[in-house]
Parts: sequence; structure tokens; C-alpha cells
Amino acid sequence: MNSKKTLIVSHAPFWHDGSGIPERSYHTIIAALPAAIVGIAFYGTPALGVISLAISSAILWELLLNRAMRQPPTIGNGNAALVGLLLAMVLPASTPWWIVLIGTFLAIVIGMQIFGGIGANPFNPVALAFAILMVSYKNHLDFDAGLVNFTLSFPSSTDPLAALKAFGPSAVEGLNYMDLFLGKQVGALGSTCGLALVLGGLYLILRGFIRWEISVSFLAGVFVTAALFNMADPARFAPPAFHLLTGFTMIGAFFLATETSSSPVNFVPMLIYGALGGVMTVLIRNIGAYVDGVIFAILLINLINPLVDKIRPKAIGKVA
Amino acid sequence: MRKRSFFGLSKPCFHYELATGALTDPTAIPTPETVTVYIKQELKRTSSSLKVGTPVKTGQRLVLNEGDDICAISSVTGTICAIAPFLADYGRAWTAVTIKTEGSDTPDTDFAEASQAPTLETLNRYLAACPGEPDIGPLMDERNPVHTIVITGGNADLLIDTSLYVLKQSAEAVNAGIEVLRKATGIEEIVIVVPEESVQNYSGHLDARIQSVSSQYPYAQPLMILHHLTGRLPDEKGMASMGIYFIRAEAVAAIGQAFSTGRLPVEKTVAVIDKRGIKHLARARMGTPVGTLLKAFDVPINDKDKIIFGGPMTGNAIYSEDLPIGPDTDAILVQDKSVIPLYSDYPCINCGDCVRICPANVPVNLLVRFLEAGQYTEGADLYDLYSCIECGLCSYVCVSRIPIYQYIKLAKYEIGRITSAEEMNEQ
Repeated sequence: MNSKKTLIVSHAPFWHDGSGIPERSYHTIIAALPAAIVGIAFYGTPALGVISLAISSAILWELLLNRAMRQPPTIGNGNAALVGLLLAMVLPASTPWWIVLIGTFLAIVIGMQIFGGIGANPFNPVALAFAILMVSYKNHLDFDAGLVNFTLSFPSSTDPLAALKAFGPSAVEGLNYMDLFLGKQVGALGSTCGLALVLGGLYLILRGFIRWEISVSFLAGVFVTAALFNMADPARFAPPAFHLLTGFTMIGAFFLATETSSSPVNFVPMLIYGALGGVMTVLIRNIGAYVDGVIFAILLINLINPLVDKIRPKAIGKVA
Repeated sequence: MRKRSFFGLSKPCFHYELATGALTDPTAIPTPETVTVYIKQELKRTSSSLKVGTPVKTGQRLVLNEGDDICAISSVTGTICAIAPFLADYGRAWTAVTIKTEGSDTPDTDFAEASQAPTLETLNRYLAACPGEPDIGPLMDERNPVHTIVITGGNADLLIDTSLYVLKQSAEAVNAGIEVLRKATGIEEIVIVVPEESVQNYSGHLDARIQSVSSQYPYAQPLMILHHLTGRLPDEKGMASMGIYFIRAEAVAAIGQAFSTGRLPVEKTVAVIDKRGIKHLARARMGTPVGTLLKAFDVPINDKDKIIFGGPMTGNAIYSEDLPIGPDTDAILVQDKSVIPLYSDYPCINCGDCVRICPANVPVNLLVRFLEAGQYTEGADLYDLYSCIECGLCSYVCVSRIPIYQYIKLAKYEIGRITSAEEMNEQ
């Protein structure tokens, strides 16, 4: 029975559809790039600096952790680069270098690696890192204060959400929704241009890299809740379209809430998860203490993910 | 190999081969110099009749000890030139008997007498190793009576339509086989399951109720058919408690042929699918080495290629060209080393592709976490391990390339071992 040829033996199936984690990460990076490029166009070199530093330091943190834990390097799968890019996109262009370094450390090490790396993180690492930064270095992450030295040709020179919080809807009444959608608003360097984010999100949905249920229900949650508030008291609460087009709503719906390991996989849970994120966002914005609620809303829905994902169709052949 | 479509929103969807083309006769493979048949029993000591140098006739039963029911059927006339232990999948110990072909075919006459009386004992004694490999045991099990015989017309895997081909080509033999089964078992309820798009080829020609199933993969999997017919799936006690008996169309045809001619069939219809995906149909003696068939169709084999018994989703990869085709080998699939997908030890990233493609609604993403940790009973109790119908689609779409299907088979095997050990202790 000694054959001259050595054959490869493995378990079935012998076909694979060719998908892989690197492909997933790199396509998500491609989808996020247009919004980042818009940021670079608005804010110039400082934005480019933040993006480059965030991506490279995220990769380095992961490599360092791989070394420390004596694991084969996992940076080739592109996940660290993606986390770095997304973190840069929620930071203001004026972020000092040391905050970027701390941020990527929080995202990669605290957010992912100590839980066991890719696939094991209970929270979205970007949202977690940004939440810690936001609580710890309030002044550095204030968009109005950070961007005061930039010459920007936007219709309003202040963060629309901060203006809304401080002065009510009358302060932001003059803003054109088209300007907001095209990114002409003060905010984070990569999350203001709704158009670029929607295009990237649609690309990801069509390619099957993210689940449309989460994005759509998140946006619907924001819209419906904001509409209810607005109907109750238009003098105190902004109209729903304003909430959709400002702050982190778009990047949250398409890039943060859809992160795979912290979001559910079944149909009904995805809808609940997304909608709850949208509701929480508007609740925090309208009656909470923070200017933007997206980050905390996403951390909250990450928490309920294992619980809602128990709602699943009955497997076949099961009696009970 | 089908790749993921650019628009990943749509789920991959496979259809079975339907054997609808013009029926070409299979290429006859000449009798090889040696054939190897397996006696599915561990080689301990053998009787005087099974020794190296013993002459055997075509269709002769080969048993380890006189009076054994488990046998192999010699597919050629010649002399035994080797008897060796053989380790099959899942640790099963068999005995490999190699026969050197000599002289002209002389049929064995033992079965001709027995074929006068179609009883279960005769079936079990002579036909358990015929093409299609019917396992007669469950029909004779008095504790779990069988009430329905299901004849699976189509192949359960993709690319292969050998079984449908046999059903179409030898309808007479199938009818004769159904009659033998009716007489031997007394069971009236016999169902033939075929893919729905090919029903018109069979209905009316066959002496049994025709039931159609979707011609989309994996609806012809035996477990899926069982669920289709009864709405239930077997638990860890196994198929026996369900009262439904599965037999392949080819086995029924073999039974019919055997009882109408008085000779045991020794030839198997095999599809050889070469590296370009072209299918060649062949008829060869059971026990013919795979290499002989591949040579007949000029399929080159290089180092690190893969040869698979069965289809691309549920087949078995084999390790040598010298292994023989068995009574259950419907196809030989050859993969070039450049197209072999590799598995990885990456963790699950919870993308949910497996959950959405699973035809049985198994929460694969949660199940695989338990199986990776070796917690098989937890997986079975909490996350529907026994709802899995073993189609392999989850592994096909897995982004992390986890061998999910392998974990599931391993878990079922390990739980089966625990259960049978517990039963042994109780007795």
C-alpha cells in the first residue's frame, strides 16, 4: 500500500467560497477611506497625521502584544489597521500625538487583545477607546476647542450638536441639511461627511461584509425617536434629519455598530440591537449629559448583544 | 469550486445534478490485476478457509470465521495474495483481503440456491456488501421495528448523479428489488425519494410511491429527507428508533439483479470527476484500485493533490491511489493542489454567515465555541448539535476557515462513544 505520490488528506467539505478575514478587513478599510479622505481635504496635514499615526501605532501595539504573548503575529489580517483607521476617524484633527497613542493602546490592548484578540472582544474596540478618551481628556476631544485654530469655510463655526445642547434647536435652525450631509460641519475628522459614509456603508452591505439589518434599524431608531421628541416639543428638541446628519450617527450605523464580534447574528436580534442603539443615541443627546450619545449607545447595545441573540429560530427536529 | 459572488448579500445556492442528459453507457474498466475488498470486522484470527493462496471465485463470500454474517464478496476469480488489518475512518478496524486475478471468470454457485428464497437472512448473508452497500441489520432489529423503507434516488452530494443514473438505467432491476424487499420484510410502505425537477423521469415507471424533495442542496441529505418525511430528527440513540429505513437506489437495483439472475453483482458504477470538473462514468469491479480508474481517463495525479471518495461537500479524502473503490463509492473527485482550500486555527469572528446559511437553523456560531473547547455534551444540550444534518455548508462559508463540519462529526462520534460505553456498563 505504499504509494509514490503524497496526497493531501483533510476533512470535508473540500470547497470553500474564498472568503477570509484579511479580505473583510481590507474591504472595510476601502469603504471607510472616502470619509477619511474628505477629512484630510477639510483639515489638511494634521488630519493625515492623526490617521497615519493611529493606523501605524495600532499595528505596532498588536505586534507588541503578539510578541509579549508569544503568539504568531496577527497583524497581517488587517484588523489592527482597520481599528486604527476607525479610531482616527472619530477623533478631531487637532488630537495631540500622545492621545492617539493612548487611544490605539486602549482599542487594541484593552479593547481586543486582553479578551483574546479578534472575535473575542465583547465591546467595539473603537467605541471603548473613544469613550475612555472622552471621559479622561475632555478638553482635548472637544471639537469646538480643538478646531478653533483651523480656518474652515463651514456655514457654522461650531459643532452643531454642541450648539444644540447649549442653545437649543434655534441655534442650529439656519443649517442646510445638504451642507451637513456633505460634511460641512465641525466634528471628528472622518465622521462628518454623511455622503462618503453612506457610500462606504452601501458598498459593505452589498458585498455582504456588514449586515444591513443593523445599519438600517440603527438609523430608523435615531429617526423615529428624534421625531417623537421633536413632535413633543419642537422648541426644545431638534428635528430627526438633524440627528441623522450630525455627530457620529452615520459612522456609528455603518462602521461601529456593525462590528462582527460585538453584534448579534440572527434577524430579529439584529433589528432590536440596531434600533435600541438608535433610541439610546437620541435619549443621551436630548436628555442626557453628553453632547453625542452614539459612542455610549453602542457600548450599551454591545452589552445586550449576547442576551438578545438568544432570540433565534428553532432548530429543525427539535421538539421542545 | 464555486467562489463567493461579488454581491455577498445573496447566499450561495447549489443545485444537484439531475442526470437529465442523454444516457451514455459507462466506460467498462477491464478487470485489474489485483482487487482489494474489505471485511468489516477486525482481523483477529481467521478460519482455515481464508488464507493466503486460497482460490476464490467471482461472487464468493469471504468471511473471517465460518458462520459469520459479516462478509466481503470477491469481485474476481483468482487467489488470495494478502490479508491485512485495515484502519478505516473513525477508528473502525477492518480486514483487507487482496485477491490476485487469475484465469477466466468462474461464478460462485452458492448464492444461486439461496436466491430461491428471498428472506432477510439471505439478504443479510449475501447482499450486505453488494453495490450500494445496504445495511440489512436495522430491518432485522426486532426491538425497533421498521415501518417505512425509503429508497434515496438522488445522491446526497453535489456534482454526482451516479445514483439517479442507476435508477433511470435499471428501472426493471429496481422494481425487482422492491418486490424482493416487500417479500422479505413484509413492509408495504416503500418510498422513492428523487429531486423534484427530475420526478417526471421516474413517476409511473416504478412500483413504489415517488416522493420529491427540493433539488437544491442539501435537501437530499438522508437526515433532511427524514425531517421532510417525519418532521423529526434522530437524537443520540441514532436512526434505529425512528422506524424509517434508508437504502440507496443502487442497492435496490443490485438486490433485484441478484435475485433475478441468481448471481451477485460485482460491478460498481462510479463517476470520475477530473481536475477540470469533467465527469466520466465508469463501470468497474468493486475493489479496483483508484489509480486504475484514474489512469483509464488520463487523470494525472501529482504530489499534494487530493483524491476524494464522494462529493465536494461531504466526501472523504483518501491517502493513496492504491485504495480500492468500495460498494459505496459513487464518485471519485480529483482536486489539483492549487485549488485545495486550507483551514485555519483562527477564532470565530461571529460574522454569522454560517447561521444564515444553515438549513437546519443551528446556532453554529455558538455551537462551534463549545466544540472547539471539547464540550460536546453542552453543545448537544444547549446548541442543537443533533439538529445538524451534516451538509458542510457552514464550513464552506466560514470567514475564519474553521473546520466546523469536522468539529461536528467529531462531537457526534465522541458522544456516541460515551453513550455506548454507558450502555455497556448498564448491562
